[in-house]
Amino acid sequence: MATRISRTFDELKSNSQTGLITYLTAGFPNQDLCLDIINELSESGSDLIEIGMPFSDPMAEGPIIQQSSKIALDNGHTMELIFDLIKKFRTKNSQTPIILMGYYNPIYQYGNENFIKKCLDYGVDGLIVVDLPPEHDSELCDLTIDIDLDFIRLATPTTDQKRLNIVLNKSSGFLYYVSIMGITGTKEPNLDILKEQVIKLKKVTDIPIAVGFGIKRSDQAQKISEFSDAIVIGSSLIEKIMENYQNNKEDLVLSEVSKYIKSLKAVI
Amino acid sequence: MKKNSYKLGPDSDGNFGLFGGRYVAETLMPLIIELERAYSDALIDQVFRNEIKQFSKDYIGRESPLYFAERLTNYLEGAKIYFKRDELNHTGSHKINNCIGQILLAKRMKKNRIIAETGAGQHGVAVATVCARFGFECVIYMGKKDIERQKSNVFKIKLLGGKIVPVESGNGTLKDAMNEALRDWVSNVENTYYLIGTAAGPHPYPAMVRDFQSIIGEEAKRQILDKENVLPDALVACIGGGSNALGLFYPFLDDDVDMYGVEAAGLGLDGNEHAASLSKGTPGVLHGNRTYLLQDTDGQIREGHSISAGLDYPGIGPEHSWLSDQGRVNYVSSTDDEALNAFEICSKYEGIIPALEPSHALAFVFKLAKTMKKDQIIIVNLCGRGDKDIETVADYLGVEV
Repeated sequence: MATRISRTFDELKSNSQTGLITYLTAGFPNQDLCLDIINELSESGSDLIEIGMPFSDPMAEGPIIQQSSKIALDNGHTMELIFDLIKKFRTKNSQTPIILMGYYNPIYQYGNENFIKKCLDYGVDGLIVVDLPPEHDSELCDLTIDIDLDFIRLATPTTDQKRLNIVLNKSSGFLYYVSIMGITGTKEPNLDILKEQVIKLKKVTDIPIAVGFGIKRSDQAQKISEFSDAIVIGSSLIEKIMENYQNNKEDLVLSEVSKYIKSLKAVI
Repeated sequence: MKKNSYKLGPDSDGNFGLFGGRYVAETLMPLIIELERAYSDALIDQVFRNEIKQFSKDYIGRESPLYFAERLTNYLEGAKIYFKRDELNHTGSHKINNCIGQILLAKRMKKNRIIAETGAGQHGVAVATVCARFGFECVIYMGKKDIERQKSNVFKIKLLGGKIVPVESGNGTLKDAMNEALRDWVSNVENTYYLIGTAAGPHPYPAMVRDFQSIIGEEAKRQILDKENVLPDALVACIGGGSNALGLFYPFLDDDVDMYGVEAAGLGLDGNEHAASLSKGTPGVLHGNRTYLLQDTDGQIREGHSISAGLDYPGIGPEHSWLSDQGRVNYVSSTDDEALNAFEICSKYEGIIPALEPSHALAFVFKLAKTMKKDQIIIVNLCGRGDKDIETVADYLGVEV
C-alpha cells in the first residue's frame, strides 16, 4: 500500500534527494508553540516529521530530549493533546508524513487498538516504539499490517545479519539506522564505519534507510546524505529551541528553527 | 517438575502469564539474547555451579542461620517466629547471593566493566564487593536523594573501588538510577555487564535473580525440617522489586505454606505517598518488563515513597505480579510508622537491628502472629541489617547521632 511515507521517499528518490526527518517532542516548549514549530519545520523543508510522545522514563534519550519530555509533562501534556496537535497540523498540511515516536507504556495504557484507530483517524503515518522489539510484535505491530500505518523499526551497530532479518520482517516505511551505540544526542558517529554499515544494509533491503542519533552539524549531514536515504535531526533541533525559549527570546524560536532546517536541507 | 506447578515460569520468551517479557531498545536485544544463552549454558555447567557453591560458603558465609526469635514470639503471644538471617551475610544483606552468581556469569561472558543501580545501597555495596574481588571496573548509579539518606553505603562503595554516579533526573531514587544504568548499558554494550539487583528487568533477569536468591528458601526449608520436623505455616518477606521474597518463597511455592509479600505503604495507601505497586498499581511496561506499576491513566510512571530506600520503587518483579494474579501469594503492606515500630521492637527484644526493608516484613509479622496458634510457625526473611539506616531512624525519632 502506498502510504504518505512511501510516496515521500519515492518522490525524494525521483528527484535524487536525501530526505530530512525532524524530531520534536509533543507539547514542547508549550502546546501552541509546538504546533507553530511543526508548521515551520515542514515549510522550511523537513520532508517527514517525528513527533515524540513524552514519557516519564525515556530510557533511550540523552539529556536534551529527556528535558524536553519533562517540560512537556510538567506543562500537563497528555496523549489526547498529541492527537489534538496532529489534528490542527493536518488542517493545513495533508502532505508531510507524521510519525509518532516514543515508548510503549503510554500506548499500552491508551489501549493498543484504540491508539491505532486514533492514529488512522488523525492522519498519523508511522509509529516508532523504542522499547517494543520484534519479539513483542503480536501486541502492536501485527495490528498495523494491513492498514496505512507504517511500523518503523530501528537497526543498530549491534544488529548482526541474523538479527537484521528479524528486524526487517514486518518493517515498513523506512528503516531507522541508529548511527551510534548509545542514547540520543550524545556521541558522534564514525562516518567511515557508518557508511560501510549503511551500504551493507542496502544490499539486503529495498526499504529506505534513515540515519539518526548523533547528527548535529551540516558537514556530518552532508556526508551522511551521500549514502543514506534520509537523515534524522532531533536533539540539536530541540537544543536550539530550548536556548531561545529559555532566554526569553520566544519570538526568535521560529526564525532560528527555519534557519537551521534550511541550512541542513541546503547541503543534503 | 510437576505438571501443575507454580514453578514452571517463565516461558521461553520470558513471560509469566501476562507479565515479564523483553521490552528493550533494539541495541540491547542481541546482548540480552546472548545473556540468556550464557545463563542457560552456565546452569548446566558443573564448574559454574561448584564455583557458586564455594563462594557462597567461603566468601558470603552461607548457610545463614534459621533463628528462633523466642523473646519476640513470647512478646507477641502467637505463632513461633523464625528469622532467616540473611542479614548475617558478607556485606549485610541477601543482595550478595545474586551478585556472586552474576559476576561469575559476567566473567564467563568476558565482560570486564560492571554497572548497577542501587536504592538503599545494599546492592551497590554487594556489586562493588564482588567487583573488588574479581578485579572488575565498577560503576554504580544511585539517585541523589538516596545518596543523601544512605551515606555510609556510599562511602563503602567508594572504599571498595566503585565509582558512584549521582542521578538527578526524576525524583533521584531507584527508578531513575535504573533508567540511567540502562542508558549506560546501551552506550557501552560491548564491554559492559549490567548487574541488576532485583528480580525485575528484561528476561532473563527476573528468572536469573530468582534462581540465585532461591538458596534462601532452599536452606530455610532444610533448616525448619531439621528443627521442627514440619514445614512452616507462613512465610513473610518485604518487597521492593521482590528478590529476597522470591528467594524465600520459590522453593516453597508448591507446598502447603501461606506466603505474604509486604510492600511499603509509606504514609498510607490512600494518597500517592507509598510504593505499593501490587495493592495500588496497574499492569504496565517499564524497565524491560510488564508488571504492576504505580502510574497515572496516561501511562506516566509515578514516583513511589517509602522511608526505606530499598522499597522505594514504583514497580515490582513480574513473577510477583503473576503470583498475585494467581492468588498464590498474599500481598499486604506496612506503613513507615509500622516499620519503624518493628525496627525498635526487634532491636530491643532480640538484639538484632534489622534494616528498614525487613522491618516492613516484621511489622506485618506482628499482626499475623497474633492471629495464629502457638504451635504454628512463621519464617520471616531478615534480609538486611540496620546499620545503614541508623541516621534515617535517628532523624525520624528526633535524636542526634
